[in-house]
Amino acid sequence: MSKQMDLLFQLASLLTLVVALAALGALVFDILSDGASRLSWAFLNNIASRNADQAGVYHALMGTIWVITLTGALALPIGVAAAIYLEEYGTRSRAAHFIELNIANLAAVPSIIYGLLGLGLFVRLMGMGQSVMAGAATLALLALPVVILSTREALRTVPSSIREGSYALGATKWQTIWNQVLPMALPGVLTGLILALSRAIGETAPLITIGALTYIPFAPDSVWSKFTVLPIQIFNWVSRPQVEFKTNAAAAILVLLVLLLSMNAIAIFVRDRYQRQGRV
Amino acid sequence: MSTRTLEWIIERLLFLCAALSVLTTAGIIAVLAFETYEFLHEVPVLEFLTGTEWTPLFANQRFGVLPLVVGTMLVSSIAMVVALPMGLLAAIYLSEYAPSGFRRIIKPVLEILAGVPTVVYGYFALTFVTPLLQQFLPSLSGFNALSPGLVMGLMILPLVSSLSEDAMRAVPRGLREGSYALGATRMQTALKVVVPAAFSGITAAFILAVSRAIGETMIVAIAAGQQPRLTANPFVPIETMTAYIVQVSLGDTPQGTIEYRTIFAVGMLLFLMTFGLNLVSTWLRQRFREEYA
Amino acid sequence: MSGVSPTVPSLSGVAKRGGQSPASLDSPVKIAVDRLNFYYGEKRALDGISIQIRSNLVTAFIGPSGCGKSTFLRTLNRMNDIIPGTRVEGTVEIDNQPVYDSSLDVVALRRRVGMVFQKSNPFPKSIFENVAYGLRINGLTTSKVEMADRVEESLRQAAIWEEVKDRLHDSALALSGGQQQRLCIARALAIRPEILLMDEPASALDPIATQRIEELIYDLRKTYTIVIVTHNMQQAARVSDFTAFFWLGRLVEFDRTDKMFTAPAEKLTEDYVTGRCG
Repeated sequence: MSKQMDLLFQLASLLTLVVALAALGALVFDILSDGASRLSWAFLNNIASRNADQAGVYHALMGTIWVITLTGALALPIGVAAAIYLEEYGTRSRAAHFIELNIANLAAVPSIIYGLLGLGLFVRLMGMGQSVMAGAATLALLALPVVILSTREALRTVPSSIREGSYALGATKWQTIWNQVLPMALPGVLTGLILALSRAIGETAPLITIGALTYIPFAPDSVWSKFTVLPIQIFNWVSRPQVEFKTNAAAAILVLLVLLLSMNAIAIFVRDRYQRQGRV
Repeated sequence: MSTRTLEWIIERLLFLCAALSVLTTAGIIAVLAFETYEFLHEVPVLEFLTGTEWTPLFANQRFGVLPLVVGTMLVSSIAMVVALPMGLLAAIYLSEYAPSGFRRIIKPVLEILAGVPTVVYGYFALTFVTPLLQQFLPSLSGFNALSPGLVMGLMILPLVSSLSEDAMRAVPRGLREGSYALGATRMQTALKVVVPAAFSGITAAFILAVSRAIGETMIVAIAAGQQPRLTANPFVPIETMTAYIVQVSLGDTPQGTIEYRTIFAVGMLLFLMTFGLNLVSTWLRQRFREEYA
Repeated sequence: MSGVSPTVPSLSGVAKRGGQSPASLDSPVKIAVDRLNFYYGEKRALDGISIQIRSNLVTAFIGPSGCGKSTFLRTLNRMNDIIPGTRVEGTVEIDNQPVYDSSLDVVALRRRVGMVFQKSNPFPKSIFENVAYGLRINGLTTSKVEMADRVEESLRQAAIWEEVKDRLHDSALALSGGQQQRLCIARALAIRPEILLMDEPASALDPIATQRIEELIYDLRKTYTIVIVTHNMQQAARVSDFTAFFWLGRLVEFDRTDKMFTAPAEKLTEDYVTGRCG
């Protein structure tokens, strides 16, 4: 009897996983069947239009690339520096403990709140306007906890013998970190950065909140340009009642998912190479 | 410059970068507090927190936030009905039953589920789940709380399962072996020994999931509607706190107006709710870690 | 046990060990340690160590694992500083300069006191870069030619030049264990330290590689003061001029190596070197 119960329970648990995966399958199928036929070079190269069948994602795609690149450029140095402090310098200090607690909490603050911070601080107070810079700064703050966390993990994998070897040659702490520890941790750091950016690339709410526009008749040409991004374009299309625009939304989702998957593939590739190197 | 001075400067610079996170929190609180303070000059706090009508964008302005809060709670509750039991069962399966090869395949797939942009889930809720549900529930309107709630539950499920699984795997083997030695089945061991032992860790995961649901924006902005309504009926259009912020941000509401300030006041409320939940979750997780350190 | 106090051996009438000792055994004192205590947190790992180590000789530290010999070695170049929660009492002086003085520059100290570790730890870079690293960070060379010369000189000193001269820019990780360890020695020699600390440098190597390291140590003492930690008593007997025996964080006996292995003053030393304990 209890044995049958056990089996039943195991099946029920397994079933939840099956249901979750089936839902994922349905999602992918839904989007593919709605949007795949709409994908074409023209769709990538055309700009937004009132006519659904002439509209494309060019400006949004360019905006996404600008914003994500700048987000990475901002989040990488700051996140790595913060992680180095917490992992190599601040261990045991009360300030470091407080900062750690704070980062853990920030990681769970809703992204739309970051949008309000960006609106109040970057767009208004610092006068950046609704620029690529304001958007990237907002997303960089959002990505920082992930970058810091993964960098710390990467730093922890560097064996202490390497640090000792460097110290024994008369290297200072910073020389040791810069010349030996950081290069060894780099693949792990980059993997973490890419994963953080692949989360940021799908963020919609904070960029809408800082006032990124849904229709932009040009691609950004500097960090002070106004911009739109793929997720906002998707949101814009999905909010329209016409079916044709929903089809465009599905196609744009496919573009976004391909971007996302390629970023993840790069991350896996880097991590894989790193692991193989580590075993030499 | 001497080496020592240089090293000292570098350490200060690194510290500043680390301290930026504290400044971020301070910045969030400062920005929200400033505009909320201005807002509360014009709207009494009691009216804001207990009023049952929310119409800041209409001529007849009312600033009772309850409809938004209740809308948020409604969608979040539906999401939790999906995510908590399913997430926990999935975690039990992965931690107590699954062969390690199966785990290694299934975990990355669950991570994909967590990595899908929320705007995509919004699309899925609006164009797939809602029409599907309407076939069984003809009274379901095109915008509703049910469909985004279910999809949100799906999105949050990996968070619950992965954090709960971590907590369960941290339970010492000895406890399990003691239970098996008394003739308990795997189910009895999982439910009566492992889950209770991992209780604070699992609770922490649940609380974090609630916090995530409350702050989730795009799914509800797309599929739940934009009608602030004080109701527990999951079949009709409603509006959540987050969706309201998006709605105002999409229009051009001039800075300094009361409409503009409402989003910060709502944001403040949202921040306090999620930050409070996060603190409790962090505290529980730390307690759990101490138990089995 | 507690009554045991290590003695500075009398140095008159020293017999030359194997007839091949290059230096007189009463060379000047290089490192002087006085009543040194060392703590990991609350735990005392070293208890009242006093010893005088002479220049241009090889001094071996022996004792069972966990007896504090490696910990003591690491106090000589303040390598333990990087472990949080450690504490030192007493004095260590090198050339009469206090090592644990707050005004002392630790980085400069480690430049004078090189170290080779138990497990070879080449940096995951090229062979050349491993040796050049110490020169670079300390700004010891002014030109590329000088850099290449110093790298070659160090590799020759470490008796590995012939094996690697054609692949200086290959990864150091591709070398064998014994080669890696000699590379690490070359790396330490490149910055021309006065003292070389070696922490069981051959414990992970096969007998042939071990022999090469031992021959190297023998040659190097012409130029350097060498302190070597070893758990292998035959090795201590083969390479060292002086031997110190550690037991449970204390220095039990310190004397000429030949005396330590033939006529130790302490019963405990005798039991250990004859394999009756430890």
